[in-house]
Amino acid sequence: MEISLLGTEILLATLGFLALVTGLLPGRAKSITGSMSLAGLLLILVYTIAHFGEEASLFQGIYLVDNFAAYFKMLFLTATLLVSLGAGRYLERFENKKSEFYSLMVFATLGMVIMASAGDFITLYVGLELMTVSFYILTAFLLRDGLSTEAGLKYLVLGAASSAILLFGISLVMAYTGTTVIGATAARLMTEPAVVAGIVLLAAGFAFKISVIPFHMWTPDIYQGAPTPVTNYLSVASKAAAFAAMVRVFMVAVDAAPGLTLSWNLILAILAALTIIVGNLIALVQEDIKRLLAYSSIAQAGYILAGLAAANAYGLKGVLFYALLYVFCNTGAFIIATAVEVDSGSTAIEAFRGLSKRSPALAAIMTICLLSLAGIPPLAGFVGKFYLFAGAIQQGYLWLALIGLIMSMVSVYYYLNVSRVMYIEKAGKQEPVKGSGAFRLALWVCALAAIFLGCYPAPLSNLAQQAIQLFL
Amino acid sequence: MIGLSHYLIFSTVLFGIGIFGMLSRRNAIAVLMSVELMLNAVNVNFVAINRFVTSGQAAGQLFSIFVIVVAAAEVSVGLALIISIYRHRKSVDLNNFDLLKW
Repeated sequence: MEISLLGTEILLATLGFLALVTGLLPGRAKSITGSMSLAGLLLILVYTIAHFGEEASLFQGIYLVDNFAAYFKMLFLTATLLVSLGAGRYLERFENKKSEFYSLMVFATLGMVIMASAGDFITLYVGLELMTVSFYILTAFLLRDGLSTEAGLKYLVLGAASSAILLFGISLVMAYTGTTVIGATAARLMTEPAVVAGIVLLAAGFAFKISVIPFHMWTPDIYQGAPTPVTNYLSVASKAAAFAAMVRVFMVAVDAAPGLTLSWNLILAILAALTIIVGNLIALVQEDIKRLLAYSSIAQAGYILAGLAAANAYGLKGVLFYALLYVFCNTGAFIIATAVEVDSGSTAIEAFRGLSKRSPALAAIMTICLLSLAGIPPLAGFVGKFYLFAGAIQQGYLWLALIGLIMSMVSVYYYLNVSRVMYIEKAGKQEPVKGSGAFRLALWVCALAAIFLGCYPAPLSNLAQQAIQLFL
Repeated sequence: MIGLSHYLIFSTVLFGIGIFGMLSRRNAIAVLMSVELMLNAVNVNFVAINRFVTSGQAAGQLFSIFVIVVAAAEVSVGLALIISIYRHRKSVDLNNFDLLKW
């Protein structure tokens, strides 16, 4: 076995421990943790991109190195980098715990990477728990803030319950197939009540992680209570990780099973439609930017789920494409929300008043990111939704595409409402919102990616096409 | 003769009791204990699978050991959080944790 196949994982684990150790350095020396983590993440990202295209099945199919996993690894690392860069002055609230913050971020990323590569349920479960336990701590990171600890405890209770539900599903499937390797499960699945119950429980466990209606109740509370950079990371990366694992399980095991007659596509399509409708409608009345973005992220998860329900070339390509552009657009919006929160001390949408006068660039980028999330051409969100809905129509779910289209139009209202507050209402303060160089860099990357992917989607689309080739 | 299905029924009942406890108990510690009950129902399944389905290989037992270890990590984080909340609010009753709209 080539050790370089596991390079991303080994380097991430090393970086996580290094960040912990440098946090113990005395005095000002410990401030190198931040720059070291960022440099390390960038190097690992470059390493992962350089090794795209390698195919291997390690330890008898327990761990898979393929294009699909590599695509998601790049996505997770990009998200971690952008979130850490964009956190900016918010990090001052973490006082002397910055090194733990970086270390936990890296370990959460490692968990996601393992989930994307897992070829067996035990590995999947361990990766999932590494990610979620890191997130429990990150959510409750502001220990003196009542909101943050409360959100942490709520996330822990519901997260642990959802893991238990996922595990119960796995155990029922395993009871009939006798194997934990996902690839070997397909041939032995049959239409038994217990197997169907197991698959439904599995889907429910994943649906919790990607906050699909009716498993979304935790999302707004935890998103509001968690420190804003953590909310950002939770909304883009942990969802993408759950999607990566879900796509693999459903395409490799459930879809390919000859002995199983279960219209799982239809179940997921109905869940996706519900999620799109309810997520967008509740977002209309939100007055807190973090809660607004939470409900918007629920709706976005619904669009991505529609691609998985279609389960064809267009739909799956859409899942991968949309997951990455969602990283850029949502992170851009969250970075600005973070800066405004640091500046005004409030997470209300009111705090954005007059931002176009104070910091025109920030207001413009916020508008670009939100419009891209709403799916307005020529921004990236439009192309992503085009792939997703085209896949759904090809599969015969015209109604799903129609619901998605109508609710995207509804979503323009609440996205543009933020722009209205920024551009039309008068500001209380006049001085611009402060931000470091790293913060500006992250912001420009997000905005340019949202425009570039919308105007010229071919390179990323080809990459996504290569990544899903193994499921078709 | 007791077979796999008996164990599956037993663990499903145990799992149901765990879910009921998680939803109905208001004490944070009791809720964590209910979640443990759900995880232990899963462990019963895996050990039974190891005995009846995959005898000869240890996949089921291996899985249950992983579940036990991860659950220990989860509970230690959970108890630490409960202690830190208790320091501020002098309460572990979930009904009092109402800063966020549930």
